[in-house]
Amino acid sequence: MAALPKRIVKETERLMAEPVPGISAVPHEDNLRYFDVMIHGPSQSPYESGVFKLELFLPDDYPMTPPKIRFLTKIYHPNIDKLGRICLDVLKSTFHTPFLQTPTRLTRAGNWSPALQIRTILLSIQALLGAPNPDDPLANDVAQRWKEDEQAAIQTAREWTRQYAKA
Amino acid sequence: MDSDDEFMSGLSSQDEYFGGVEESDDGSLGDEFDEDNPDVGFSQDKDMKPGKKAYEVDFKVFSPEDIQSHQDKQIDEVSAILGQPSEATAILLRHLRWNKERLIEAYMERPDSVLETAGLGPESAQAPTTKVVKGFTCEICYDDTPRLETYALKCGHRYCVDCYRQYLAQKIKDEGEAARVQCPTNGCHRIVDAKSLDLLVATELKSRYQVLLTRTYVDDKENLKWCPAPNCEYAIECGVKKKELGRIVPTVACACKHRFCFGCTLSDHQPAPCSLVKQWLKKCEDDSETANWISANTKECPKCSSTIEKNGGCNHMTCRKCKHEFCWMCMGLWSEHGTSWYNCNRFEERSGLDGRDAQAKSRQSLERYLHYYNRYANHEQSAKLDKDLYNKTERKMTGLQSTSGMSWIEVQFLDTASQALQTCRQTLKWTYAFAYYLQRNNMTEIFEDNQKDLEMAVENLSEMFEKPTAELAALKVDMMDKTSYCNKRRVILLDDTAQNLKTGEWKFNVDVTMGA
Repeated sequence: MAALPKRIVKETERLMAEPVPGISAVPHEDNLRYFDVMIHGPSQSPYESGVFKLELFLPDDYPMTPPKIRFLTKIYHPNIDKLGRICLDVLKSTFHTPFLQTPTRLTRAGNWSPALQIRTILLSIQALLGAPNPDDPLANDVAQRWKEDEQAAIQTAREWTRQYAKA
Repeated sequence: MDSDDEFMSGLSSQDEYFGGVEESDDGSLGDEFDEDNPDVGFSQDKDMKPGKKAYEVDFKVFSPEDIQSHQDKQIDEVSAILGQPSEATAILLRHLRWNKERLIEAYMERPDSVLETAGLGPESAQAPTTKVVKGFTCEICYDDTPRLETYALKCGHRYCVDCYRQYLAQKIKDEGEAARVQCPTNGCHRIVDAKSLDLLVATELKSRYQVLLTRTYVDDKENLKWCPAPNCEYAIECGVKKKELGRIVPTVACACKHRFCFGCTLSDHQPAPCSLVKQWLKKCEDDSETANWISANTKECPKCSSTIEKNGGCNHMTCRKCKHEFCWMCMGLWSEHGTSWYNCNRFEERSGLDGRDAQAKSRQSLERYLHYYNRYANHEQSAKLDKDLYNKTERKMTGLQSTSGMSWIEVQFLDTASQALQTCRQTLKWTYAFAYYLQRNNMTEIFEDNQKDLEMAVENLSEMFEKPTAELAALKVDMMDKTSYCNKRRVILLDDTAQNLKTGEWKFNVDVTMGA
């Protein structure tokens, strides 16, 4: 495996030296591009007092492409699906089909910028837990419920947190 | 072409399409109509002062050079009006998706905010250069080597040149972005302008960047589309709008000879409108093979219409779904079978008749679909075979030259004939999809007659191709006649369908407005 780019070394060092409150990210010893992540549910959210495990991987062309992140802990959230995949604009690079000539207009879906970091991404995910967005859903059934009966949905999210995201 | 919208009210819409002189080759209808009377109820009246047929649309083919020069012309024009340099004007135009009027209007009202949103901000005239900044650490690679070359757009977000290059390469090569590549900083919407790109991007990527830029021009313009043929670099300009697709089938022909529909970019599917084509293709994809099998191997439960395959055993069927018991042979109630179990010889009993009725009804729709599908598929298949024949035509033409002593020009009729065959088969194929969705009325009979005539003409011509090369010379005149007859029949059919489509005379059993 090629030497780890300075960017990743530095970022990892900083994450260790000045950790973000409520978030931890620890690289695997045998693969320094693979991180075990823990995010504490933000207070005053249905995920309060839960601790969520995620996995994070820095692909070869990081930071030109975004890191790959997935929830490992089951979570009831309109923007996170059954497999733990997260719908967050900064996690996507711009989607385009460069070799397709048909003039379909493609929207700018992604907001990843190489100036973003693991730290900023994890903060965005924590913020997403505090502010679910059922209008841009990934888990349609959850989003539906969130819109129809927010109280009940929040209740379910609380129960799931208690059940699956024990500290 | 004039703007369509002004003419789009009712029947008058035809006027713009049919200016010009009488054409002789389809004068079979229409001559007797008074062309200049605007009050006649039938649309044909106006259409018969042609120059152009009802199924034809105006279009223009653009080569890559044409596209470039069109772009340049527009940029120059707008640049002069706005008093902005052409680089900036290009960015502004791309930013507003080449909507010249909107750009000029918006710029005149509030130039600063337009510049800002396009990523141009307050202008400074100097050419971009890379810089060495003391004590600099690149926020992307965290390199802090002294004397690192760095670059920043006018927004001041500075990164090392290597990262910038890599970033731009990623955008251009992998993500196919060109006109709207933004500063690498999160949330900074400044667009990387052409000068900066020139400075930073490797030479081999520059041509790709140019290609992508040109492409956005075509992609952004509603009246421009790429020819979908593989490796074709031409674009077509056509004024037909999306909302008109229910009434017009805008078929265009590229300089590369590929004929396609401007509405949906599929290959020529006249006379069927785009939405029918879409529904038909979807239906065929889902249904055809399955439907064939179902039709051949199954029956339906007379009570709940579940499809049942009898894969063995006796005639006493019990529907797994609704538990209805019936006889496989006569579809009647099993309980009425009395003692003649396992040997159905009854016929006229009431329940059996009802069962067969229900069965017949549901089968009828399937049969109907298969009728049209088989003919559609047959023409598709035959067109393929004809294409093989076309490939052999060249050889035949050479052979004919040597056996009959004809010149190259004199054997061109074979080429013409085989092309006519292809085009007509393509049309015929789609007439069946069209007919499937058509509601029956008097007009469908005319349509079916036209269809039949074309079909016969095509089959006659197709047959001649199978004659041995030696006989072809003698058949030349006959073949040329048949070719022109085929083409004529096709024109008549298309003209008739297109006219009625335009005036909304056809009644379909599905919605044909696009976007449904």
